[in-house]
Amino acid sequence: MATHRFTPGSLERERRKQKLLRFSMYVFLILASLPIVVGYLWLFVGAFTGNLVYGFVPQELTVANWSFLWESPSPAWPNIWRTFANTFFLAAGVTVIMVVVSTSAAYVVSRMYFPGRSMILASTLILHAFPAITLLIALYYILRTLGLLDSLWGVILVRAGLMVPFGIWVMKGFFDDIPWDIEMSALIDGATRFQTFWKVMLPLVKPGIAAIAVFAFMAGWAEYIFLVTFVRDPNSWTLSSYINAIIGNYRFTNYGLLAAVSLFYMFPVLLFFLLTQKLLMKVTVGGIKGGR
Amino acid sequence: MFLLPGLILILLFFLAPVIITAVMGFTNMDYRFQWNFIGLGNFFRMADDFLIPKILINTLVYTFGTLAIFNVTFGLILALLTTSISERVGLFFRALWLLPRFTPPVVYAAIWLWILSPTRNGLLNGLRVAMGLRPIAWISQFPWGVIIITNGIIGASMGMLIFTSAIKAIPRDYLWAARVDGASWFQEVRHIVLPLIRWPLMFITAYQTLSLLTSYEYILLITQGGPFHASEVWSLYAYNKAFSAYAGTYEFGYAAALATVLVLIGTVASIAYWKIFRFREMMAQPRIEVS
Repeated sequence: MATHRFTPGSLERERRKQKLLRFSMYVFLILASLPIVVGYLWLFVGAFTGNLVYGFVPQELTVANWSFLWESPSPAWPNIWRTFANTFFLAAGVTVIMVVVSTSAAYVVSRMYFPGRSMILASTLILHAFPAITLLIALYYILRTLGLLDSLWGVILVRAGLMVPFGIWVMKGFFDDIPWDIEMSALIDGATRFQTFWKVMLPLVKPGIAAIAVFAFMAGWAEYIFLVTFVRDPNSWTLSSYINAIIGNYRFTNYGLLAAVSLFYMFPVLLFFLLTQKLLMKVTVGGIKGGR
Repeated sequence: MFLLPGLILILLFFLAPVIITAVMGFTNMDYRFQWNFIGLGNFFRMADDFLIPKILINTLVYTFGTLAIFNVTFGLILALLTTSISERVGLFFRALWLLPRFTPPVVYAAIWLWILSPTRNGLLNGLRVAMGLRPIAWISQFPWGVIIITNGIIGASMGMLIFTSAIKAIPRDYLWAARVDGASWFQEVRHIVLPLIRWPLMFITAYQTLSLLTSYEYILLITQGGPFHASEVWSLYAYNKAFSAYAGTYEFGYAAALATVLVLIGTVASIAYWKIFRFREMMAQPRIEVS
């Protein structure tokens, strides 16, 4: 029968076991994360080197892959800077519309009582059960009827519209957290309802606005499925359509170009991500990002 | 009125599409966009469609395979491990796993097309050639594996984040008490952590089932549903029926009917989860705050 006494030996053994466990955790995490690390590393390596021997051993440094910045790899493709501007326009458009619309709607839903209030809240939740993807066909029909096919505005409105319920829920949470008294005192001091909203409430929900703005911008910047479905005109291409065309034309051949354009596209995302990853984690958990 | 723009956007791009999809399923609308009602025609056609059984199996394998391996299990493992090691390193790994979710889909697909390339210029085949083996057409050889892994790496991050915050919300005293009693890490996880994060686990299972049922962006980009429909799931099939560049048929009516059935499948799944997991109890029970 072993008596449980803490001898120096057993303590030592316990500690070694702990260390081994810790160590195997790190090993597991590193191994499991390897595909991600290698994949993103390739974007950098592939973009600045010529042929990779065996697919991954770099040979010489070159900027040849970046020639797409001054001349189009295919005559059928638009100028890259125009495409870049389109991408930015799309992301900014989604952000502005989504933020303005959901902030104002969330204020009303959070602060005022009116018939149908609970119905609106419930319906935004129920609509969440209909993923954007199953509505794609109907959205195509609607945009066609409105004459917004082949236009970035169509994609902006659709994407913003689909994100608004999410935005309303997040912003409602932020408005709900502001005590009534603050608003009351502003109203008693003679401010109108609009002034109260603009001068008192908005500054208090800035963190929420920042959160949904970051989300909307990232979503707009990365937009793919609506874009390739609704927009065919090369003049309205974004970087997603551009890379889609590279994949379509040079599937499995020109990896240097693919990596370079991908990195070009990813750069703002990486920057944004590094700066706001903690915020992104919080909102992903709190709001459950729309779609997936 | 503050509410109006929001209402219009939601009505026009959310509510109206729901109704239009449902109605369109009863027409044989094509590229001419005419509302010819054909009753249940599309649904009879679906019953006769020789591809449907294959698509259905693909959908089930993809949805539950990805869910079981990655979105729940792997998400849980990541959450458990990154909360057990030093906070900073844990945060680093969580951020790393979150990155694919915010990467533009085309870029994420480009990375995988390089890794899985059938030529010797890709990563995996490059490694094989370096070892003196012949290249493999990974995507055509393992279509299911490819779509499960590529989607799973993105899917795992949602569970990871939710479970992480649930684990962090567990009062430290419980874990200290267990440790004083000599519980090992595995016993701690098994007897304290898992029972306490029961609800988040169930929530992620249910929520991600629906997400996976309807997500096909990455499949469209990486395997295009091929080879020969081997990795084509229900939602992608509907998409291809409506917008496929190859067939060029624009069978909007049939595609809308397919989408409607998908929504019905999703609804049934939600109700089933609601019953099995007894979510009503979750509403009543004071639960660990997820924040």
